[in-house]
Amino acid sequence: MISEKGVWNRLRSRLLFTGPTLFAFLTVMIVPFAYGIYLTFTNWDGISTTHTLVGFQNYGEVFKDEVFWQSFGLTLKYVFFSVLLTNVIAFLLAYMLTKGLKGQSIFRAGFFLPNLVGGIVLGFIWQFIFSNVLVYFGAKTGISIFSGSWLAEPDKAFWSLVIVTVWQYAGYMMVIYVAGLMSVPNDIQEAASIDGANGWMKMRKMILPLMIPSFIVCIFLSLQRCFMVYDVNLSLTKGGPFKSTEFVSMHVYEKAFLSRDYGVGQAEALVLFLLVAAITLLQVYFSKKLEVEA
Amino acid sequence: MAGSKPSSSLVKSLGLAIFLILFIVPFIILLLNSFKESNAITSNPLSLPGSFDLTNYRDAFDKMGYIAAFSNTLVITLASVLIISLTAAMTAHYFVRNNTRANQYTFLLMVASMIIPFQAIMIPLVKIYGSLGMLNNKWSLIYMYLGFGSSLAVFIYHGFVKSIPKELEEAAMIDGCTKTQTFFRIVFPVLTPTTATISILNVLWIWNDFLLPSLILVNPEQRTLPLSTYNFYGTYTVDYGPLMAGLVLTILPIIIVYLFAQKYIIQGVMQGSIK
Repeated sequence: MISEKGVWNRLRSRLLFTGPTLFAFLTVMIVPFAYGIYLTFTNWDGISTTHTLVGFQNYGEVFKDEVFWQSFGLTLKYVFFSVLLTNVIAFLLAYMLTKGLKGQSIFRAGFFLPNLVGGIVLGFIWQFIFSNVLVYFGAKTGISIFSGSWLAEPDKAFWSLVIVTVWQYAGYMMVIYVAGLMSVPNDIQEAASIDGANGWMKMRKMILPLMIPSFIVCIFLSLQRCFMVYDVNLSLTKGGPFKSTEFVSMHVYEKAFLSRDYGVGQAEALVLFLLVAAITLLQVYFSKKLEVEA
Repeated sequence: MAGSKPSSSLVKSLGLAIFLILFIVPFIILLLNSFKESNAITSNPLSLPGSFDLTNYRDAFDKMGYIAAFSNTLVITLASVLIISLTAAMTAHYFVRNNTRANQYTFLLMVASMIIPFQAIMIPLVKIYGSLGMLNNKWSLIYMYLGFGSSLAVFIYHGFVKSIPKELEEAAMIDGCTKTQTFFRIVFPVLTPTTATISILNVLWIWNDFLLPSLILVNPEQRTLPLSTYNFYGTYTVDYGPLMAGLVLTILPIIIVYLFAQKYIIQGVMQGSIK
């Protein structure tokens, strides 16, 4: 009797403690993910209630979809520059803002500001800046680079997306780098100064190696966010001019929900998943190897 | 650097201050233009407003359905954040205290799932919940936030529950608390700083999220602030005055919160990144 009651009690507390989370996790993440893999083998059009299995046909379509690979290449280029610049600027800001400057918490709060606002709103603000403010500024000062709207030329539109992304995330990553820098022990830095190490030597031999965990986190976060970018892309350029800035995420959305090519759209989403997973795992794996102890 | 001269730190401060102003100048331009008439904005977007005219704000407020959008966003954000924090803390606690193989694998599955991009899930998600008739309902959306947000929350809580001494809970049990009572009276209060961290990360995410609500909430009266901003911008592309005011109105609530809780928000982001 006692054991039966014990079993019931244990089951009840298991259900109470893990039930809601696991049920939601399974039904919102795992089941749709698995079902999504199944969908890539069907010809579902989004409306009809039936669909038939078509084997690997959708994947064949993915390889033939030139626009997809074009937007994929574009996304890779965008991710590369955005991640690089975001982290360089974030690290430099964090480095300067952990030196005990007056008002450094105000500076930190200020640089973090864009992260409070959603990508849709940030995109609209910058759309106004690029197509009105800078054009006006260019006309008044005669600076030719601003003579036309950046968003009207494919190449400049690409760079304006990079600028907005770096502007948005630099403050967030800065906060993480500040946390990392504050945990670099002061005594070893002082010891190195006494031994005659200058600022650059301390940076290269001590601070950078000890900051590897922060770099892992920041690069991981910025990689993921940049690969997934959708809202800034939508509100700043809407993929234009002439689809020249349509990143993968937007392409998948259009393929599935606007062209109603659900099978192909989902197959493209899975290709995206595999590449993002591979890149982020490789990044974490290789940078873990560089880690050192203080 | 105790040795650096005060003059050089002044130069650095000044340089940083100029950079910060350049950094936030888009917000300043937005705010100034939100008080101007539409044709004054297009003819000179850098001029100062003649007066603090609130017509644009009144316009935007009505046309965006601001009150409805604001309260939808508030309900969705608060409910999601509360539910995620509570259930994730319970799950993490259960996993740490019942460290069986099955629980370890479940935990690993949750951690691994964090690498799945939303785009790989959105299409089947819409299909499944559409066929169940669960779209267009803010409670479905809240439920989905629980599903998407619980992995990270359980992961962060897991790390902190491990640091709570087991003796604390055993003492409570000896005094007659049940497992559930022990959790609510002892464990959850001890986890308050972690709860604050997780809540901050989730508020920043859910309040500003666009893609998921745009797929789930179709009716205009269900819209959240990012959705109504997007829609407003699509409908009134030439009327810059109200558009600027609309953007300011969307940003305003979170800036007000930031003014008071700035220290905690930055700390929350710091804590959230150190697993």
